[in-house]
Amino acid sequence: MTVAIALAIAAFLVAFLVVPVASVVYTAFASGDGGFTLSHVMAFFQISLMRESFWNSLYVAGASVVAASILAVPLAYFTVRFRFRGAALIQTLGVLPLIMPPFVGAVAMQLLFGRSGSVNLLLQEHAGFTIPFMQGLNGVIFVESVHYFPFILLNLVVALRNIDASMEESAQNLGAHGARLFRRIVFPLAMPGYVAGASLVFVKVFDDLGTPLVLGQTNMLAPQAYLRITSVGIEDPIGYVISVIMVVFSVCALWASARILKGRDYATLQRGGGGLHRRRLKPWQAVAAYAWIALVLLLVLAPHLGILMMSLSKVWSFSVLPEGFTLDHYATVFTQSPHMIGNTLLYCGIAATLDVAIGAAIAYIILRTRLPGREWLDFTASAALAIPGVVLAIGYLRAFKGLELPFADSAFTASWIALTLAYAVRRLPYALRSCMAALQQMHVSLEEAAENLGASKARSVRRVVIPLMMGGILAGFVTSFITAAVELSATIVLSSSASTAPMSYGIYLYMQSIAGRGPGAALGVIAVAIVGVGTYISYRLTDRSAEWTR
Amino acid sequence: MDKVRVEARRIGLAYGATKVLRDVSLAVEPGEFFALLGPSGSGKSTLLRLIAGFNRQDAGELFIGDREVTGLEPWKRNVGMVFQNYALWPHMTVARNVAFGLEERHLPRDEIRRKVDAALELVGLTGYGERRPGQLSGGQQQRVALARTLAIEPQVLLLDEPLSNLDAKLRVQMRRELQRLHRRLGVTTIFVTHDQEEALTICDRIAVLDQGVIQQIGTPVELFDRPANRFVAQFVGSVNLFAGTLERAGSGMRLHSPLGETPWPTGVEAAPGPVEIGFRPHAVEFVAASDPSYLHLDGVVEGGEFLGEFVRYDVKVGAALVVADRPHLRGLAPIERGTRVRLSVAPHEISVISQ
Repeated sequence: MTVAIALAIAAFLVAFLVVPVASVVYTAFASGDGGFTLSHVMAFFQISLMRESFWNSLYVAGASVVAASILAVPLAYFTVRFRFRGAALIQTLGVLPLIMPPFVGAVAMQLLFGRSGSVNLLLQEHAGFTIPFMQGLNGVIFVESVHYFPFILLNLVVALRNIDASMEESAQNLGAHGARLFRRIVFPLAMPGYVAGASLVFVKVFDDLGTPLVLGQTNMLAPQAYLRITSVGIEDPIGYVISVIMVVFSVCALWASARILKGRDYATLQRGGGGLHRRRLKPWQAVAAYAWIALVLLLVLAPHLGILMMSLSKVWSFSVLPEGFTLDHYATVFTQSPHMIGNTLLYCGIAATLDVAIGAAIAYIILRTRLPGREWLDFTASAALAIPGVVLAIGYLRAFKGLELPFADSAFTASWIALTLAYAVRRLPYALRSCMAALQQMHVSLEEAAENLGASKARSVRRVVIPLMMGGILAGFVTSFITAAVELSATIVLSSSASTAPMSYGIYLYMQSIAGRGPGAALGVIAVAIVGVGTYISYRLTDRSAEWTR
Repeated sequence: MDKVRVEARRIGLAYGATKVLRDVSLAVEPGEFFALLGPSGSGKSTLLRLIAGFNRQDAGELFIGDREVTGLEPWKRNVGMVFQNYALWPHMTVARNVAFGLEERHLPRDEIRRKVDAALELVGLTGYGERRPGQLSGGQQQRVALARTLAIEPQVLLLDEPLSNLDAKLRVQMRRELQRLHRRLGVTTIFVTHDQEEALTICDRIAVLDQGVIQQIGTPVELFDRPANRFVAQFVGSVNLFAGTLERAGSGMRLHSPLGETPWPTGVEAAPGPVEIGFRPHAVEFVAASDPSYLHLDGVVEGGEFLGEFVRYDVKVGAALVVADRPHLRGLAPIERGTRVRLSVAPHEISVISQ
């Protein structure tokens, strides 16, 4: 039984993750007659646009990590070190940006921070100068860091919280205090959390396709891969070389962070005394802290407010605020493309269901059985994290080229099924982590007690394991669902017609034209609302299951 | 329900290169309260889990009643186990927890209700059925775990360090309660513990394990009075152990050991050569007698712990420290540090121990 399930999952992963990625790698290194060649890689580096894209992608990812750190590190430190009301506000700050995909907010950011956006218009008028927030690559860095800094914030806060007071006390007892105590004890103990967050930001930015496309910055790797495959054609090897480079960088960043984290998970050591001591802020410190929080809050809210205003405005260009408001754009969306909302719910619902089913099964196989090779299931499923959406999608185009769907007169890669499967594979790691965490918190004796009282394996899984994992499973479902709902990389590549497209593709299409910005923004607001509600639900669910296992 | 016998025959189990159980044979008689006693890592919990069916041995046979149960699924064994951490399901009420095993046995609903009530009454938790495990104290959770196991009327009751998560006072109380329950139900019970006092006070017989090997099986009195080896002597109660050589000297013998050179007590039989002797601290008498059948030791008091019923003294004899208990009665003054004393040990209190 277990073996059959494990084999089915393995088959799924091989077909929809391993084979597509392998075909991408193969194409990048295959010569015309099927032999191995580096000529495509050489060709890639001989094209100056490619070299430029390569460096641009690295620069943008690196700079985004720096910018995100500048936003996040002070906030994390305030939360755990000081006793003040702003802490709750920072928690909100940590979630808000994540509910809106960066490409949705990008246009709004252009209107607010662009050369003739609200902020620069005000600056020009009152101060006589402008700041090039959105100029060229700056725009990508700005949008990405405002969007992704919560990854660093959340990870760092957890790491700092897990430092036991006794760690600090013993250091003080031995004579350390102030900056030295911070440098020698607090900072090293929190380092793993920071590295985990920073590497995630790097990978996310490096792989993002939607934001550069929306901002018109195509001289980066992800847009180039997409453009080569869609304009030059599916046989063009350069697209595959770019894909391989992106995979290599993602894998390296995640591998490096895993290496740094290895053996440094301090969270489980020495618990008991609560976190670091909290101090009260001195008045000037409070002013500085609140000023920083207010600034970040404004930045974080900017795309949300911007997109909301865009969706409600008649005309908005070359002015600080829109001129006149209207609900027409929502009407347009609901008459022209209500099916996109339905499509998103359908595709993401199916993908998330698949994810939790597979995730729960893998978690159980890993943690509760001794099936040989079981760690490969975990490894392969988690590896999806390192595969950029655009690469996976290109892999589907390549691996399933010419595959016709039975009973439907269409190619597999053009159907919504391919898109749904891509979502499922991409979001599987989230659901898997969630299920693993839920099962890990559950002592094995809870299950053994059921068996001891006469429940068979299957019965005890159904009556004890699943109910106790339910919080984690549902949280995993919601996370998979909402992240898939705003996925654009794979979506752009695999969406072939407007009738089968999900919302994220719809937003992208609308945003292509000036006239479409209003409806695009309206659709964006709807997407953000769905994701926001989902995030809230998942938050409540994780909370409830935490209560049980306390 | 018929009382059953549990028998292990030459059981061996290894995790990789680590041998957890080696050639373990023992028989628990029907209705017996039997303890598996040993330090952590001795394999006692592994043996218990093997009986419950959560482990499988590499070698040997395991009988419950007349049946060889190797390979039988845990849920088909009817062996009730109380887990060390109680393993109460937090998503079910107390009553649902207790009803679980009965539901798995497809009993009629009103019978389940009757048995749940009876089980809760048995452990003194009537009226707690609708609470959640998280709302109960440690002692109450322990009782629920017991009720849940007893509700299925198991053939064998397995208790995995059931008292280790309780505070000292509650532990003594629960100990009595377990004994009372056992007398009332008469179910064959196997109790795992690392606490020798627990095992000595409530169990009919004890198996002492160390490093996966059974060191000795016997009643508490047998283990205490006739320890089979050095490990048992040290693990069950306190003991003074001294290794040395025995030499002929004239008509008698003399012992060369860290105690110095001492005349060998004529009341104890031994052959010349290497030897190890052991005696319990409470067997030492503080009297200046000179009966040659006794062991006599001259030393200086180094310190003492007042324990109420007795005072435990450290007495320096030669190069060694002897632990000696002196019963305390009202008005008896403690012996000062530095006082010279003569200690005597009766011949029948001295064990000559094999290594």
